[in-house]
Amino acid sequence: MLTASHDFRVLKLDGVSRAFGALNALNDVTLEVKRGEFIALLGPSGCGKSTALNCIAGLLALTGGSISLDGQRIDQLRPESRGFGMVFQNYALFPHLTVFDNVAFGLSLQRRPAEEIKERVGTMLDLVRLSGYEERYPGQLSGGQQQRVAIARALVLHPRLMLFDEPLSNLDAKLRVEMRAEIKQLHSRLRLTSIYVTHDQAEALSLSDRIVVLREGVLMQVGTPQDIHDRPANVFVADFMGFRNFFDVTLGPTADGHVTLTTKGGTLRSRAGDGFTAGQDAVLAIRPDDVEVGAAADGKNVLRGKVELVEYLGREIEAAVMTEGQGRLWLRTPKKIAPGDAIDITLPADKLVLLRRE
Amino acid sequence: MTRGRTWQLIVYVFLLGFILNLAGIVSHVVVSAFAKRWFGKPLPPAFTTDWFTYAWTNFELDHVLLITLFIALAVVFIALVIGFPAAYILARRNFRAKPVLLLLYFLPLLIPQMTYGIPLATTLYKFGVGGTIPGVILAVLVPMVPLAIFVLLPFFEQISLNLEWSASMLGATRLQIFRRVLLPLMVPGILTAGLLVLVNTISNFELAFLMAGGGSQTLVVALYYNVFAGGVRPVYSIDAMAVIYMVMVMSVLLIALRFVRPTQMVFRLDQPRR
Amino acid sequence: MARARTDDRSELDLVAMLCLAPSLLYVLVMFVYPFMYGIYASLQPPKGPAWSLKNYVSFFTDAYQYKTIATTFELALPNSIAVVLFALFFAYNMRRGVWAERTITTILVLPISLGVIFLSEGILGFYGTNGWLNQMLLGAGLIQEPLELTHNFIGVILSLFMQNFPFCFLMLLGYISGIDPSLESSARMLGAGPWTIFRRVMLPLIAPGLVIAFALVFVMSFAVFPSAVMVGQPAGSTRTISIAAYQQAFEQYDMSYASAIAVIMGLCQLAALIVIVLVRRRMTVVTTMGVGKR
Repeated sequence: MLTASHDFRVLKLDGVSRAFGALNALNDVTLEVKRGEFIALLGPSGCGKSTALNCIAGLLALTGGSISLDGQRIDQLRPESRGFGMVFQNYALFPHLTVFDNVAFGLSLQRRPAEEIKERVGTMLDLVRLSGYEERYPGQLSGGQQQRVAIARALVLHPRLMLFDEPLSNLDAKLRVEMRAEIKQLHSRLRLTSIYVTHDQAEALSLSDRIVVLREGVLMQVGTPQDIHDRPANVFVADFMGFRNFFDVTLGPTADGHVTLTTKGGTLRSRAGDGFTAGQDAVLAIRPDDVEVGAAADGKNVLRGKVELVEYLGREIEAAVMTEGQGRLWLRTPKKIAPGDAIDITLPADKLVLLRRE
Repeated sequence: MTRGRTWQLIVYVFLLGFILNLAGIVSHVVVSAFAKRWFGKPLPPAFTTDWFTYAWTNFELDHVLLITLFIALAVVFIALVIGFPAAYILARRNFRAKPVLLLLYFLPLLIPQMTYGIPLATTLYKFGVGGTIPGVILAVLVPMVPLAIFVLLPFFEQISLNLEWSASMLGATRLQIFRRVLLPLMVPGILTAGLLVLVNTISNFELAFLMAGGGSQTLVVALYYNVFAGGVRPVYSIDAMAVIYMVMVMSVLLIALRFVRPTQMVFRLDQPRR
Repeated sequence: MARARTDDRSELDLVAMLCLAPSLLYVLVMFVYPFMYGIYASLQPPKGPAWSLKNYVSFFTDAYQYKTIATTFELALPNSIAVVLFALFFAYNMRRGVWAERTITTILVLPISLGVIFLSEGILGFYGTNGWLNQMLLGAGLIQEPLELTHNFIGVILSLFMQNFPFCFLMLLGYISGIDPSLESSARMLGAGPWTIFRRVMLPLIAPGLVIAFALVFVMSFAVFPSAVMVGQPAGSTRTISIAAYQQAFEQYDMSYASAIAVIMGLCQLAALIVIVLVRRRMTVVTTMGVGKR
């Protein structure tokens, strides 16, 4: 019984809000989750992503809006009646029960016959590669093993939706990468609708079908990993997703799909963006990885600068360059440059992203 | 550094002094209890266990012990039963009246028993339970319920809310969470609270004394009365009774210390939590 | 560990009320009500008009009675100071852990568990004129006459000290150990010697705990009863205010007067607490105790 029962089509959050006294942890969040999707809720601490998850689970009540499953409101239901599975950041395994009893907990509440429980638990422990650990106690397991038990415990009930609350943040870096792969594998096998909270953009990018970026309770952008990564909707998302370089610009005229921009240090050219008019103030952003060392042949978007700081990252180095006129820039390159070097850098026009100035 | 060592030495010397002092006091009582007759010499010339039998029959110790145990167990049971849910709510919920409530629960522990014992005794006598066993139980419960609550509180706080939440997500109702998650995990807390209440009840003097009547004296109270009884009570028999009391308290204490750290037996000041 | 995340099902719902009700009611009925009733009863003297202060007047005009306040103060104050100073000394020097800590703390918990009656009986035996201490000192030729250490002021102080010291010590030990040790280490790195560290770094941090400890010990000592009777001189130099209250209640059967005395006792303790709080306010120091770890 490896397929999870997915007996719904759409989970809809409509204007969902949750306030704690005067603090608005979630503000008017509207979102649709389709069956089988893997959605990541991404954002810095305090952005409301865990709050959103707890509201979906029913552990927190809404102070505004509604949540419905295929048109039927569920936000009035208690968590134990919603049929969702949840994996917590600190695993929340029952310390006084063995691995077997932990995984069997939900089933025993449903008063399933003993043979059925044994069989289902056995299969699930197989799935998370923990067969043979039935009689151990959580205290005797490593972090990664505990996490797998937590996942098995939720999955064994065949929930229609899985909720993950930063499940990997308590693991060390290497284990995190391994568990990420396991979760991805589980999802492709079971095609279980999942909502996954994380502050780590690498996790969000690698695991999800769509990413929801939150900031202080407000939805910033919803899109595929590609969208979020290449075409952030605003400065916040760009900054969060690793665009380290930002320039204040004013738009000039547009020609051939390219727009001229004036900055206080000179002019730059970038691809034209939608919804921008000449004379408007905007922000231009580019990733460190996209900045090129060396002057472009056509001389456009070339800056001179002096290398201030160099960080060795193995294959590449990340360097801070103080440019003439555009301030400090961060770039990544496999080339060998050293502090004090005078270099040319180019900002390729099609890698520059135009963003609204807030 | 040597200056530090000198201070450490002084500390140990003083501690040794205190311990010797304590040992002296305790052993004097014990020796006296086993002494046949003892006047002015370092040790009695002869030993006997007769005083124990004397005390047992003359002070009706079988009766007194039974009463003491009954009262102690009743207090432990009631304090735990009504303290447990209160401690849970105080650990989990926040509400505006919470500081007031905590202060209210704390007052019977803060204010000395003699201060509120007199009005309490007056009231209980007015309602006709003065001098009876239920009266003693009711009186001793006043500081013991808060004690149970404050001992249980930190144990509840140590149980992560996530455990209850995950049980909820797995389909458990409130009652099922209580039975299958909270209760098993609270066993150490219940034990600690129960033992502390037990020790404190057995050794409670002021309240038990104010409420004592003929048939409701606990061991300590009976001990006190016999020190001041009208007739001449040989001091050896009193000390024998004191030894019986000591054995009772020590046995509970020894059991308690298997589960409880000594520092937990003393109420703690607010500390930054580790 | 952070504050418990609030469980959301509205803070004070029916379940919460039901859980709190029994114990809350108990405290209200068995503690607050008798307190109120005691105050009421103190104002209804049996041989006087209703709502009169006759009891209080009697107390303060009868030297035999009002002297008890001074007597009790004379017992409680020095005892509290001594206990706190000793406890501070020990706790401070043992703050970094001590050899055989568990044994020592166990032994210290003993006097608390044994209770005052047993201790007093033992004190009478050990410190009495015929007791072991006197016998040792006489035998060693250190004194000619036995020391009068019991059935007087000294006896009560001894008993109070034995009861209060372990409690105060354990409390302060816990408090001092809770101070972030890196504060001390950084002071040492900056060149401060042990006395300077104590005076300028640790003492200000310990001060709040000291004040609380002193307040608790004082309030407890002020209500001293069985010690004053057993190893003191209840009719004379150690006639404390609790003895006065007890006598009115159970010897004179004047519950009204007894309640009045209990009220006065409570007021004295309250006054002392207020003084202590005011003193503490003047010593307020912004303390940083291990500022929140992430």
